[in-house]
Amino acid sequence: MLYLTPIGAVLATAIVGAIVFSLIGYDGIGAVREIFLTPLLNPLKWQDLAVKSAPLIIIAVGLSIGYRANVWNIGAEGQYVLGGLAATGVALLTRDFSGPWILPLMIVAGMLGGMAWAVVPAFLKTRLQVNEILTSLMLTYVAIQLLNYLVIGPWKDPMGFGFPQTRMFTADQMLPRIVPGTIVHLGAPIAIVVAIAAWFFMSRSVLGYQIKVVGAAPSAARYGGFSVNKTIWLALLTSGALAGLAGVLEAAGPFGRMVPSFPTNYGFTAIIVAFLGRLHPIGIIFAGLAMAVAVVGGEVAQTTIKLPVAAVGIFQAMMLFFLLASDVLVRYRVRLGTRRELEVAR
Amino acid sequence: MNPDLLIPIIITLVGASTPILIAGLGELVVEKSGVLNLGVEGMMLIGAVVAFAVTYTTGNHWLAILCAALAATAASMIFAFLTLTLSASQVATGLALTIFGTGFSALFGQAYTGKPIAIFDSVFPDELENHPFWRVVFDHSPLVFFSLFMVVAVWWFLNKSRAGLILRAVGENDFSAHSIGYSVIKVRYAAVAFGGAMAGIAGSCFPLLLTPQWAERLTAGRGWIALALVVFAAWRPFRLLAGAYLFGLVMTIEVYTKASGSMGLFPSEFWAALPYLATIIVLVLISLRRSGNSAAPACLGKPFMPGQ
Amino acid sequence: MPNRLELIGITKRFPGVLANDNVSFSVKPGEIHALLGENGAGKSTLVKMIYGIMQPDAGEIRWNGESVVVTNPKAARKLGVGMVFQHFSLFEAMTVLENIALGMDAKIPARELEAQIREVMQTYGLLLDPHRTVATLSVGERQRIEIVRALLLNPKLLIMDEPTSVLTPQEVEQLFTVLRQLASEGCSILYISHKLHEIKALCDNATILRGGKLVDTCDPRVETSRSMAEKMIGSNLRDIVKPAGRSFGDAKLVVTRLSTVKGGHFDVPVDGASFSVRAGEILGIAGVAGNGQNALLDALSGEIRSENRDAITLDGRGIGQMEPTERRRQGLCAVPEERNGHAAVGDFSLSENSVLTARDRMGMVGAGMIKSSVAKLYTGKVIADFAVKALGPASLAGSLSGGNLQKYIMGREILQRPSVLVVSQPTWGVDAGAAAAIHQALVDLAASGSAIVVISQDLDELRALCDTLAVINMGRLSPVRPAGDFTVEEIGLLMGGVHGGMEEIDAVPA
Repeated sequence: MLYLTPIGAVLATAIVGAIVFSLIGYDGIGAVREIFLTPLLNPLKWQDLAVKSAPLIIIAVGLSIGYRANVWNIGAEGQYVLGGLAATGVALLTRDFSGPWILPLMIVAGMLGGMAWAVVPAFLKTRLQVNEILTSLMLTYVAIQLLNYLVIGPWKDPMGFGFPQTRMFTADQMLPRIVPGTIVHLGAPIAIVVAIAAWFFMSRSVLGYQIKVVGAAPSAARYGGFSVNKTIWLALLTSGALAGLAGVLEAAGPFGRMVPSFPTNYGFTAIIVAFLGRLHPIGIIFAGLAMAVAVVGGEVAQTTIKLPVAAVGIFQAMMLFFLLASDVLVRYRVRLGTRRELEVAR
Repeated sequence: MNPDLLIPIIITLVGASTPILIAGLGELVVEKSGVLNLGVEGMMLIGAVVAFAVTYTTGNHWLAILCAALAATAASMIFAFLTLTLSASQVATGLALTIFGTGFSALFGQAYTGKPIAIFDSVFPDELENHPFWRVVFDHSPLVFFSLFMVVAVWWFLNKSRAGLILRAVGENDFSAHSIGYSVIKVRYAAVAFGGAMAGIAGSCFPLLLTPQWAERLTAGRGWIALALVVFAAWRPFRLLAGAYLFGLVMTIEVYTKASGSMGLFPSEFWAALPYLATIIVLVLISLRRSGNSAAPACLGKPFMPGQ
Repeated sequence: MPNRLELIGITKRFPGVLANDNVSFSVKPGEIHALLGENGAGKSTLVKMIYGIMQPDAGEIRWNGESVVVTNPKAARKLGVGMVFQHFSLFEAMTVLENIALGMDAKIPARELEAQIREVMQTYGLLLDPHRTVATLSVGERQRIEIVRALLLNPKLLIMDEPTSVLTPQEVEQLFTVLRQLASEGCSILYISHKLHEIKALCDNATILRGGKLVDTCDPRVETSRSMAEKMIGSNLRDIVKPAGRSFGDAKLVVTRLSTVKGGHFDVPVDGASFSVRAGEILGIAGVAGNGQNALLDALSGEIRSENRDAITLDGRGIGQMEPTERRRQGLCAVPEERNGHAAVGDFSLSENSVLTARDRMGMVGAGMIKSSVAKLYTGKVIADFAVKALGPASLAGSLSGGNLQKYIMGREILQRPSVLVVSQPTWGVDAGAAAAIHQALVDLAASGSAIVVISQDLDELRALCDTLAVINMGRLSPVRPAGDFTVEEIGLLMGGVHGGMEEIDAVPA
């Protein structure tokens, strides 16, 4: 039941979406077909799916680790931006160099950048009990302004005709394409690796166990000898690092430079992905794909039936609404299930 | 300072501050009841597009504001149902609401792109509107006076009325409130509805006050600033008023700085980031001054589970 | 003159337990009537029915001679019954005035309410500034808010539920003055407590409950403490059932002047506790809940670290600064009072719960990874050895009944063969069968050479298990003596807070 509800949520969204869109004058069934099915059925679109789902998956995996610990990092978008900025900084510094060490350096820098942006919420939460939802959220907008400043100011490409953008990254600084003839870059397999590693980490390691205990029952965690504060730090820094990783991969992949339009809301959409995937890394892979389908489908629908791209947000939101609503059924079932266990046990 | 220069600044200032003040007042009441609704931006966008559509179709500004309020309230009820009745995560649901609102307004606004409407201008007699001195006070849209009136109304409600007392109690200690016999869920539903209405009205400020043309992302992130504002004001209505105008001033400086290249030492991006940085500082100050409790409603963001 | 309140044959049943069994007594106008009994004797349940929170399954309640049905607290208040609960429903961030206004049924304008409040405060000497925020008030002052709230309704019967458990002696003094004044004006008082010396000092009449049944109604001014304690606690203390020929080894656990820092407002810290436990010995620490037991357990388990490394020594090694995992490695295991949420995680399976405390001692971790097969095996053994009724190691802890979960938790710790085991309320809320199994397991563990500390409110349990006994009160520990040395009266008094003997009884004015 736990794993059927996300699928049910997607189906319900498709059905309700079709009805609603038909009612307001669009070709409802056509819209749903373009948004949900075309990306899956058209092989040309698969590369877009891979490219768009990778950052969602990476960020969502990081967020889910935090959420399991009851740490509500809402600032993934800002950490993602910092990741991209850190990578850009390294790229600009190493502009005149070449070699295979540059890209890994950028990746490390990106992860550190994302982590750095998570330090403030972590510190304020553990030391002063300041709500991390608010601090991480505020820092997101600070990050975006920092990005704007750098790109329009000190980091502007002197040969860019005055456009707000940095230089293009060199070949050594870009992510290699792993499927020739497509735009699928290294980010896609990295996303899968990250998800599987996280799954392994959370289900098998002591640290993963620690995170789950702290999230479920902090008193029990202390009793078990785990430090709640250290766990909060771990959770925030991990989600920050992964968001930063997504940032590097996007900057060095599809973007190839830093521009003001770099923040594409992946950080916020990833929150939905995390919930849709039930905070489970494998579920997140599928949820990330589902969201990417909606995004790619939205682009398709824009050309074919003139649907504005942002309207896709309605579908994404509906998926989450249906999932959250159906969670009630899951919880109800769980309660029934345990009652049955009790009766048998007696 | 040259009065000719001052007037446009004041008008810009008022225009920037009013929507966040209205949205902030709504969210303040919601948070005082213990609920965190991150969907303010989405509800504002819904309000904006509905206000625009109704104005374009009927030319009646009052009707437009009313419809905007109703539409946003309806959206807020989805949020309320999911979080209060089904106990879903307030954070996830609020974000979904924002994404929904963004999509909704993009979809419905598409038909109106590029089509102009009339601004909701002042309703005072022309002599006052154009008076060289008094126009500072009177040449403002009714929305502005509404915002100021609501500051007083919300303050009175929270501090002087019994209903406001109950609402604060619910946000402070939902378990005790429930034990005494108050319906926590009903109070929160009402608060969320009020927040929705105010967000809708705030959203209507954008087409009716500021930019009488439709464009996507019209509210440009003001919903998030409103959220920051509520915290910055430590959940107090008069501080919210001051904060709204302070933030509005900063936003005005940002606009002027951007337009004129650079003003003084700080780039426009610094001014844009300032409200958010200031909010973090305020959060730290509140926590430092705490003696066992904070200005934040203690139950903020936690679902109410009477069985547990 | 009819009785203010009369209970006739009140009976209340819950699944698995008969909370009140045919209880009858009466309270006259202006009488201060004590309701005396240990925890679980049925006092709270009885009073909840008088206040309308629950309905009796059988029996009759009479008010001023007339039969009534109290449907809910509002109806109770309308009759004239006021209640001051043990746990306050207060809003920290709001003022005294606002808190009282929230508790009122009717809407009264603030100014008028303030005037009424000041009048009540003046009349009864319950002085408070109505505009102060509750968070700044002491516990005694907070209780005054609750009392004023109740008095504003002009009650004819005031129920006080364990009112002095969190008060200083001076505050107790002040409270008694208020209650006596109320009684002299004709208001009856129902005073729930287990503190014998207070009841003797204050009350005209006392109804004693034990195990849901009425034992006696007597005059505390005339009765001896001993006879009241015996009625409250049960028969003679001297019959302890223990295997003969027990000998004890060296001191395993030595605690020297252990103190903790006050946690929150309502926390009772440990205040200079000293004791030692030998191999094979079971030491009992008796005391009513809320006297520092939790702080003591946390200080021993390692959740609270001590400043002095040697405040706690295990086999001579100072462990005071070690955290829980390290203490377990040294051989000290502990079981806190709260099952779900502290000793175990309800949302986790039993196997996962075993990892919580047993992972080090039972080899469930390697290279930072959890060996779930080892955990599963161990959990299976616990389930089998302790007859835990669960479907298997994968069962969710939260799905087990209280008794079974407790059996699992005790089994999880005992099968780790600790050299010292500290447990708090090991059989609270547990059915008789599971309790017996747990007791036997503890005795067996001691027999194999471990030192055991049992912190409990249940004197029957302590009598059955313990070789030596001490009493904890307000964080202070009485000297440890062989269990057989204690008289029932002594224990009762010590639990109620009288250390050192009779002098303190005289100190409480009549």
